[in-house]
Amino acid sequence: MLLACPPVKPAPFEYHAPERLDEAAQLLAEHADEAKILAGGQSLIPMLALRLTSFPHLVDLGRVADLRGVEQANGSVRIKAMTTQAAIEKDASVGAAVPLLAKAIPLIGHFQIRNRGTVGGSIAHADPASELPAVALALDASIEVTGKGGTRTVAAADFFEGTWTTAMAEDEILSAVSFPTWSGTTGFGVEELARRHGDFAIAGVVAGVELDGSSVKRAAIALFGMDSTPVRASSAEAAVTGTSGAAADLEAAGQAAVAELDPPTDIHGSSAYRKKVGAVLVARALTQALEEARRG
Amino acid sequence: MPLLLGTAVPRVEDERFLTGQGTYIANLDLPGVLTVTYVTSSVAHGLITGIDVEEARQAPGVVDVVTAADLDIGPIPPMNPNYPASMARPILAADRVRFVGEAIVAIVSETAAAGADAAELVVIDYEPLPAVVTIEAAETDDVVMFPEAGTNLVLRTEGGDADPESCEVSVSSVIINQRLAPCPLEGRAGASVWGDDGRLTHWSSCQGAHPVRAVFAQTYGMPVDQIRLIAPDVGGSFGSKARPTAEELLLPFLARRAGRPVRWVPSRSTDMTGLGHSRGQRQRFTIGGDRDGTMRAMRVHVDGDAGAYPALGPMLAANAATMSAGPYRFESMAWSTAAFITNSTPTVAYRGAGRPEAAALVERAVDLFAAAVGLDPAEVRRRNLVRPDQFPWTTATGVVYDSGRYEEALQRALDEVDYEGVRKEQARRRDNGNGDDGGRALGIGVTTFIDRTAGVPGSEYGAVELRADGSVLVRTGSSPYGQGHHTAWKMLVADRTGLPLDRIEVIHGDTDQVPRGGITGGSRSAQKAGSAVAEATDLLVVEAKRQAANLLEASPDDIVLDMAEGRFHVAGSPGAGAPQVTWSDLGERTVTADGPGLKCETDFDGLGPTVPFGAYVAVVEVDTETGAVEITRMVTVDDAGTILNPLLAMGQVHGGLAQGIGQGLFEEWRFDDDGNPLTANFSDYAFISAADLPSFESYLVETPSPNNPLGFKGIAESGTIGGPPVLQSAVLDALAPLGVRHIDFPLTPERVWEAIQEARRS
Repeated sequence: MLLACPPVKPAPFEYHAPERLDEAAQLLAEHADEAKILAGGQSLIPMLALRLTSFPHLVDLGRVADLRGVEQANGSVRIKAMTTQAAIEKDASVGAAVPLLAKAIPLIGHFQIRNRGTVGGSIAHADPASELPAVALALDASIEVTGKGGTRTVAAADFFEGTWTTAMAEDEILSAVSFPTWSGTTGFGVEELARRHGDFAIAGVVAGVELDGSSVKRAAIALFGMDSTPVRASSAEAAVTGTSGAAADLEAAGQAAVAELDPPTDIHGSSAYRKKVGAVLVARALTQALEEARRG
Repeated sequence: MPLLLGTAVPRVEDERFLTGQGTYIANLDLPGVLTVTYVTSSVAHGLITGIDVEEARQAPGVVDVVTAADLDIGPIPPMNPNYPASMARPILAADRVRFVGEAIVAIVSETAAAGADAAELVVIDYEPLPAVVTIEAAETDDVVMFPEAGTNLVLRTEGGDADPESCEVSVSSVIINQRLAPCPLEGRAGASVWGDDGRLTHWSSCQGAHPVRAVFAQTYGMPVDQIRLIAPDVGGSFGSKARPTAEELLLPFLARRAGRPVRWVPSRSTDMTGLGHSRGQRQRFTIGGDRDGTMRAMRVHVDGDAGAYPALGPMLAANAATMSAGPYRFESMAWSTAAFITNSTPTVAYRGAGRPEAAALVERAVDLFAAAVGLDPAEVRRRNLVRPDQFPWTTATGVVYDSGRYEEALQRALDEVDYEGVRKEQARRRDNGNGDDGGRALGIGVTTFIDRTAGVPGSEYGAVELRADGSVLVRTGSSPYGQGHHTAWKMLVADRTGLPLDRIEVIHGDTDQVPRGGITGGSRSAQKAGSAVAEATDLLVVEAKRQAANLLEASPDDIVLDMAEGRFHVAGSPGAGAPQVTWSDLGERTVTADGPGLKCETDFDGLGPTVPFGAYVAVVEVDTETGAVEITRMVTVDDAGTILNPLLAMGQVHGGLAQGIGQGLFEEWRFDDDGNPLTANFSDYAFISAADLPSFESYLVETPSPNNPLGFKGIAESGTIGGPPVLQSAVLDALAPLGVRHIDFPLTPERVWEAIQEARRS
């Protein structure tokens, strides 16, 4: 039964539903800072409903057919922005090519949220405590952004600038993300501590390793929930590379990962707690990754 | 038809609810209805120096804007005559605000959107005053929220006499029972419309139409029969909607001014800050006993956080204290309580209403005592439980317990969990590890507890009438909000009439259809309203047999009701060809234009409150590096007297456990130092969901109560009573080797981690 009195919560806005990416870019250019892109709506709609933010124009990408789908070529998986998290979660070939996506996506909200939430939307929203930006950062993903002048590619390392802030201009749309596929003897791990299943992480870590025999040839580690952006733990990667990945090596990597960090304090966790847990989770994510790599 | 009592009859309500056929306030069809939106205080304590509503009044779609200056009603009638009169809550704040979320301005608009937009145009000026957010700050009276009262103290109680320090062993502690938000799926909501005859119809999402009607009648100075109060389907309450809130009480006033129906359905965040909170106690105790584990004496002092205006909260501190004897044979107890005003959401009832707080207190005390005498906590409980031959038992606080086999429940729980086996596993891990089981510390918690149900005084109404088609209509005074009254009452009627469930209809929650009724709360419904329905049905059957006797030309004493067929015949002649009278025959013959021919009604009270009990054992693993707690086993044994329907009973156990685990590990309402809520949404308030719950291993035992003919006790609150202490007990058991002595609720990962760090430092 329909509600007799629909609870209208957001401030008024004009709704646009273009069917082509260039139309969407044109609309954004027209309305400048008065417009916001609506992707899966899993972050934006609650913020609008709570009136934490408001925009006179919403540009819904839901009908842009060209923004959905996955392509695998040239050693990477290119996911178009409006592909839902659930679609990736269920796509075994993506899971095989980029295992970190398969491991991280189930930690995003609940399945109802992943059915609506999109890969591009999550990365463009750039919440520092969410999983996909960290995966993009750890894997050196390439992020395609489209404006009315065309499309450019931004490296994940240059993309995240602050809480909900990215290198995209106001009139640009995140159109696709390419995740490199790792070859060789590799393994991946994701560890997260949250109050409840599906909550934003108090602290989280994604990690990948490639082995050369018994020693670590390459490591990629990113933390989330620990700063105003996801953080690449280069010093931890360096600390563990070349080692056998013994417990002491991993603990050292954990310490190195958080040494320079000053995580935020909020109602879900203090800075000191995040830092301590972050170090523990780095070691555990690496353990997971190493075990997977050693299993072959 | 076999007896339905005690069988798992599926809920008859659910198809309607699950297919969207329920009627809640938000989907009531009210032609021409206007929306009410409140502008509430954004400061916790302050003087209102200006309210500018002019721009809002001019906004599109706005019909009316009302402030305290417009009102000729209020304040809200006090719940307890012992509360200081000056602390009564005005319906809209006039000069002073006392908590964030207190209603100041009402906007009546054509649409919800217009109301939300207009609310942003209201300008309220405040002169902020220091906010008093904690009991510690309130009890000093340095800042007084009601200058006329001259104090923040609302209520003080005391009684008993005990000297636990003179025992061989005594232990003291101070513990916190944190503030919680009740969070029913449907929040507060109401709608009002005035008839041309001057009669008010008000729909309320509440726990009972009649008690809510009484508050409206008192507020508006109207006779109760001039108000039709309807409680339609209600999406939960957990005690929080026992009485109408200020915002709801104003709706008839707004409807009268507008000359149109009005409806108010607040958002989740608004509801969470305004609905009423619960718990919020600081508890001190000293327990004393012998070295052999015999507990003898306890002294308790409970301070309660009343919130900004005294509602039920102050009485819950008193209730917690007098219930804190638990299931144990204390020889002496002394108790005192005090409740204080703070600049926070007023506190009300929440699933258990004093008994969860009592259980948390005494269970912590027993664990500390067990540790002090060096005995297993299960064994100390066993030695001190009231024994089956000691009922009725009167506690040292003067509370009477009706019946119980406490040790049997404890033994069952220990057997089901394999207590010895789990303790051995714990010992094995501790031997292997370095005291913390190698980062995964295993803990076992044991709790034995009692509840006190049907404690809300007063009888309950039940009526049954035979309709012309031979079906039976049940009118019940107790109004459900999720419990399953329809299923339960139909079972009771079917068991007495031989009618199938679908020939029985239950109506509730409408003061024009049910002459009187009480509140659904404190787990009283089966005992009182169920007993009333059963008793009325028994009377109906007697009357039906008399009528059947006339038709069959026999003596009523010789008439037999064939339960399998649901029809009457003369004793000794049940054959197919023998003369019979069906319920339809009786209906046809007795129902006239003037009304039902066969109708029986009764008001059932019973011999007093009943005391259900339970024994829970939880097994947890604590991640000592992060503080995260995983519940690996949750074994529960509950007694609620005769079980009417195990499916409904288990539903109550599971729901209560979810909220009990919520209090134990997840939920806490928090304010900042200025009294701003920090947890007014489900992102920040860690309301539990099924994804965070373990599988429960739940069992029922039955010790019928002597206080009502069917032997019922209530079961709806057991999980919130036994759940929190058993988890606290388990986590502290896990961390005992590390030297952790106490962690207050909720035992969040960070709190657990902090406690471990502190223990390692010292």
